[in-house]
Amino acid sequence: MLEIGLGHYLTLAAILFTIGVFGIFVNRKNVIILLMSIELILLAVNVNMVAFSAHLGDMTGQVFAMLILTVAAAEAAVGLAILVVFFRNRGDIAVEGVNLMKG
Amino acid sequence: MLQAAAFYILAATAVISAFMVVAARNPVRAVLFLILTFFSAAGLFVMLGAEFLAMLLVIVYVGAVAVLFLFVVMMLDVDFAALKEGFLNYLPLGGVVALALVGILSLTGVTWVVSDTAGAALQSPVPADMANAEALGAILYDRYVFFFQLAGLVLLVAMIGAIVLTLRHREGVRRQNIARQVQRTREDGVEMVDVKSGEGIG
Repeated sequence: MLEIGLGHYLTLAAILFTIGVFGIFVNRKNVIILLMSIELILLAVNVNMVAFSAHLGDMTGQVFAMLILTVAAAEAAVGLAILVVFFRNRGDIAVEGVNLMKG
Repeated sequence: MLQAAAFYILAATAVISAFMVVAARNPVRAVLFLILTFFSAAGLFVMLGAEFLAMLLVIVYVGAVAVLFLFVVMMLDVDFAALKEGFLNYLPLGGVVALALVGILSLTGVTWVVSDTAGAALQSPVPADMANAEALGAILYDRYVFFFQLAGLVLLVAMIGAIVLTLRHREGVRRQNIARQVQRTREDGVEMVDVKSGEGIG
């Protein structure tokens, strides 16, 4: 219990991942919280990557965690841009109306 | 002992604030809890020996992404109370999915083992005589340089995409058109009028 090993970090990552997925399901209407839940999921993946990297003594995991960080930042930027355009066109950000964007 | 205490404090902060992100009524608070989650994750990364990634997490996530979220949340004039209405309706489904996920993940957690050959399969072992940032740079700019370039390309595409999506030309806004300004000649701009004395311009 007092010796912190790989299992502790994996458990934490699993909990964060589950909270992220739970957040996607309960916040169907609020796209902003939805995007934040996706960020939480990606953070959980990063914790896994870094924990295994430290456990196995391999730097590759940290390189890939960095790439995940990049993709997450890009995804947040594009997602929020879409959100702003959507709000401009509709006046709210409810996800139910998103299929109107088909044009 | 100290390490265990630090881990449990950081992990508890991360989990509680992550839960507050999805459960918070006010999205501004959700963003602030997201920042707290990232800070505790950064602390855990430091404990794992990944100092550079920890700093990256603070700079990129707290400094850029979370502030972007905060900007959007505060600039959009949305009735957030109405958005929260479906929360209780979706709670059972979300709970079932979360429980299923917990079951799957704990099944994997019980059964997995590290292979004996894992040690031989290491791609780039942690060098003993280098700091974390130096070691990361040594392989990032060498072995993984194409991934690095690809990451830059992803960011460029995201930047251009975000600008193209949000750029709009409003009607009725006067903009400076330098080409037209330069092309204007004296004949376009000045009209000579021969005003007779005592009559003024008709």
